[in-house]
Amino acid sequence: MMFNMVQALNQAMAQEMEKDPRVLVLGEDIGVDGGVFRLTDSLLEKFGPERVIDTPLAESAIVGTSIGMAAAGLRPIAEIQFMGFIYLAMNQIISHAARLRNRSRGRFTVPMVIRMPYGAGVRSLEHHSESTEALFCQIPGLKVVVPSTPYDAKGLLVASIRDDDPVIFLEPTRLYRAGRQEVPEELYEIPLGQARIVREGEGLTIIAWGAMIPVVEQAAESVGKDGVFPEVVDLRTLAPLDRKTVIESVKRTGRLLVVHEAPKTCGLGAEIAAFVSEKAMLNLEAPVLRITGQDITVPLAKGEDYYYPSPERVAWGIKKIMEF
Amino acid sequence: MMNGPFQVLAEDGRVRPELEPGLSSDGLRKLYSLMATTRAADLKALKLQRQGRMGTFAPSLGHEACQVGSAFALEPKDWVFPYFRDLGAFMTLGLPLKNYYLYWMGNEEGMRIPAGLNIFTISVPVASQIPHAVGCGMALKYAKEQAAALVYFGDGATSEGDFSEALNFAGVFKTPNVLICINNQYAISTPVARQTAAPTIAQKASAYGFEGVRADGNDVLAMFALARKALEKARSGGGPTLIEAFTYRMGNHTTSDDASRYRQEAELKEWSRRDPIERFRLYLKGKGLWDEDFESRVQKEADDLIGKAVAEAESVPPPRPEDLFIHTYKNMPPELSDQLAELRDFLKREPR
Repeated sequence: MMFNMVQALNQAMAQEMEKDPRVLVLGEDIGVDGGVFRLTDSLLEKFGPERVIDTPLAESAIVGTSIGMAAAGLRPIAEIQFMGFIYLAMNQIISHAARLRNRSRGRFTVPMVIRMPYGAGVRSLEHHSESTEALFCQIPGLKVVVPSTPYDAKGLLVASIRDDDPVIFLEPTRLYRAGRQEVPEELYEIPLGQARIVREGEGLTIIAWGAMIPVVEQAAESVGKDGVFPEVVDLRTLAPLDRKTVIESVKRTGRLLVVHEAPKTCGLGAEIAAFVSEKAMLNLEAPVLRITGQDITVPLAKGEDYYYPSPERVAWGIKKIMEF
Repeated sequence: MMNGPFQVLAEDGRVRPELEPGLSSDGLRKLYSLMATTRAADLKALKLQRQGRMGTFAPSLGHEACQVGSAFALEPKDWVFPYFRDLGAFMTLGLPLKNYYLYWMGNEEGMRIPAGLNIFTISVPVASQIPHAVGCGMALKYAKEQAAALVYFGDGATSEGDFSEALNFAGVFKTPNVLICINNQYAISTPVARQTAAPTIAQKASAYGFEGVRADGNDVLAMFALARKALEKARSGGGPTLIEAFTYRMGNHTTSDDASRYRQEAELKEWSRRDPIERFRLYLKGKGLWDEDFESRVQKEADDLIGKAVAEAESVPPPRPEDLFIHTYKNMPPELSDQLAELRDFLKREPR
């Protein structure tokens, strides 16, 4: 079927729920309404209110009760309406979801997925444009997953649901309905922790994920006329990072540009630059460069373009690094 | 509720026979022995801490009745979500004392709860375990199991958002939960009057649409009777109950705290007069179930158990580096393996 990302994710949940009675979904407005972005559309009719749970408006309890359910043997998928509201649940995520396996020496585990739309570029109101994935990447025990295509979205969500550790699943709001792609009817997994080479190239590696992938692809395309053919790598999983693919690519190309929409300081780009300098410094022909969001509050609609990396700004970065 | 907390035993040990929960003589003596052993084990922990053989921990002194009484009403299929001052519940449920000591000595292995015991791990961030218990209740309900999930928390926890959110979920989803607030009058130094303007904590339940009751937390029979009733209600689909155990923290908040900075000696004296173990002893004596022989037998058994637990806990070797890495994820990611290898490499050169 030709699916957009919303349809692909919806099908992943429906099919996993069909297959595994331990899987259930809960969150705000996800039942009758089908979720504010319709991710859980028609799940209530298919699976009933015991498995598609419209909860009170309380993010900490959505995550906290999911931890209790997961520890008791279920596989909850908790939806947080927007990434800007996940902060209310941070204590549950950091202090418990991420640590129960370790604290209990493996007796209690938290096979849970926390899904949420993230990211700017859609002219949204405040708190609806957050891209604070790095906050989660620093927490031992968490996995962080970000799809960039409908095909990857389905396979990554299936793998996340089946994973025995808690997964923060970030869905790029901007790509929900940005395009359609052939998505197989059957269930399939894309293993967590494996990056995808979106476009093979030479002379430069560009690392990105989520909503930045189409931006980077466009930029990479645009510099072809100047004889530059960058390699583009979609990380897909931010924690654990596929360092191997990154290092291999950089060793081949000799240059690295990281693109993310999160603020620059302490963004994941900093970690990537650091480990590349540890593992491949002598292969580098130019300093690692980052094109990112600014270290400011994500602006509202009128100022968003100053913040959000555009294909033009990425192309400008490519030019800078190639001219070093 | 406003007529004072539910009591079966008055402070002088006199009983209201119509409220006695009908435990056998063996059962009553078992309650006594669990409370006495809990106290002895707790005092031993304090000694170990002062000797530098144990880290900072939260003493349970004064909590014996509310914990032993309520935990005694649990069945093996039920679940318990402790906070961090629950030695009485652990003793009652059969968590090896070695585990408890080992954990507070600073070894994660102590919280490896033996298979078959439905006890959750200790939760330190205040109130954060209440949503877990409610989620467990939702899972039990989903699985149509006739079991309940009981959670302990303190009076300070009732000010946290997780208390409110979790009780609201419990009410909305009518979960099989028993929520026990151990109101010991203080959250470190902050008195309960600074946590809430409500006359009781029990009454907070009505805002979430279910029953709340206040028990004399120093009356082991009152705690047992109320917990048993609430657990039966939960298991049979009657929904959650909040039980406020009105008691007193007779020790410091933790071994790093000095309660004399914020509370009066007279207050402690007054509460010592209401000692939960002493009260129950008077009751048992009145029934002819307690004498000096029984007492020395209980103390001897407690000493043996404690001595063995300390020896066992102290003989556990310190963790190896890999013990601290392997439970972060089900499968260790490559970056973690690299860090572990690097640590081992360093240790080989610079042994600790």
